[in-house]
Amino acid sequence: MDWSALILSLQLAAATTLVLLPIGVILGRVLAFHDFRGKRWVEALITLPLVLPPTVLGYYLLIALGVASPLGQAWQALTGETLVFSFSGLLIASVVFNLPFAIQPLQRAFEGVGPDLRQAAWVGGLSPLATFRKVELPLAWPGLLSAVVLTFTHTLGEFGVVLMVGGAIPGETRTIAISIYDRVQAFDTAAAGIMSAFLLISSFLAVAVVYGVGARAVRLRG
Amino acid sequence: MGDLAPSSAVGGLRVRLRQDGPIRLDAAFACAPGELHALVGPSGAGKTTVLKAIAGLYRPKGGEITCGPAVWFDAQAGTWMSPQDRRVGLVFQNYALFPHMSAQANVETSLQGRPRPEREPRALALLAQVGLEGKAHRRPADLSGGEQQRVAVARALARSPNVLLLDEPFAAVDRRTRRRLQADLNVLRADLNIPILLVTHDLDEAQALADQMSVLHQGEILQTGHPDAVMANPASDLVADILDLKPRA
Repeated sequence: MDWSALILSLQLAAATTLVLLPIGVILGRVLAFHDFRGKRWVEALITLPLVLPPTVLGYYLLIALGVASPLGQAWQALTGETLVFSFSGLLIASVVFNLPFAIQPLQRAFEGVGPDLRQAAWVGGLSPLATFRKVELPLAWPGLLSAVVLTFTHTLGEFGVVLMVGGAIPGETRTIAISIYDRVQAFDTAAAGIMSAFLLISSFLAVAVVYGVGARAVRLRG
Repeated sequence: MGDLAPSSAVGGLRVRLRQDGPIRLDAAFACAPGELHALVGPSGAGKTTVLKAIAGLYRPKGGEITCGPAVWFDAQAGTWMSPQDRRVGLVFQNYALFPHMSAQANVETSLQGRPRPEREPRALALLAQVGLEGKAHRRPADLSGGEQQRVAVARALARSPNVLLLDEPFAAVDRRTRRRLQADLNVLRADLNIPILLVTHDLDEAQALADQMSVLHQGEILQTGHPDAVMANPASDLVADILDLKPRA
């Protein structure tokens, strides 16, 4: 077991989830409650990481974050380090790659709240913030949990984008999925097997939890 | 949050709404305190849109809505009061109860303006008033259709509303329950002394409950008057047709 790779993957997954959750709540809510010109294009753009080959996404991220890009140069001027082949660059890539996993469950969950319930809250005197806290969030929490679990486990298993943007620097950008690939290349199937089993079981449990919570939420709402 | 003065101090409701689209509206009527005014018409006539405009949930392009001295909406002056500030009681067609809360918690959401220790006894008193003693802790899914409607009424009354708006409140219950709930509404309104607006497509219901009735068709009020008078004397063939009366000779 490559412990440093596992710890790095867990750190990346936690950081990605933390950064993406507020973005997912805000964007998911906007998409659920508002109609605007170009909404379908925004939705398509958010879905893109689901269907695009990770190497393609990784390639464009490499360009966007590279030393020749404005973002890469600004980062280098600020921190003295390059954005690509670093944990920070990996985090940005991971956030982009996971957008649909966070936003889509939250959008569906907020859509499920329905306009009548929000209007009933407003007429009852609840401010928009109180309506969010007392009505929208408690009803959308299965979606919130799905977003957290899916983002976290998906980040753990990320391979293509991580390899393109981060390379495989031990302790810095070599995540568990890349470590598995390295072990297989080195004919160390025992280590690859243990790490693969870990990812398999944790991913299975995560998805089972999401389904379980979804079913419970349906029962509660009657 | 506005003050919680007794609602009886508040004057009547005056509504005038005009717009050409996207939903055509041409409606003007008044409703005095203690009066029950029915808006009748086929589905799609714009009844719910009128109700939502009064509640502050839909902003028409033209018109005014006043409640006593308070101006809730004045298109020309650009006045628009939020639904939170209007303090109306609204019973939604499907009740719109919060499914994750008990009956009591549903009612308490409309009592946020009151000091915390007062909320629970007030909510329980309101639930008792609508005949739901002992069911305060049940969630909407564990209540019958009639009971859910009562929770919705209790929640609407919890705000000490300036106006009570009822959107097809008896549509989703069986005939027997409907008759009982209608009788209860008649008892309730004696204590309320606020304008009550009832949206319905059921003419018998309007005739049984309303003091005034407006016939709505494609957003336009065609005739207003006492239900018996309107039924006896429809202003046009279209009104007669909507009321399912024989056309005038």
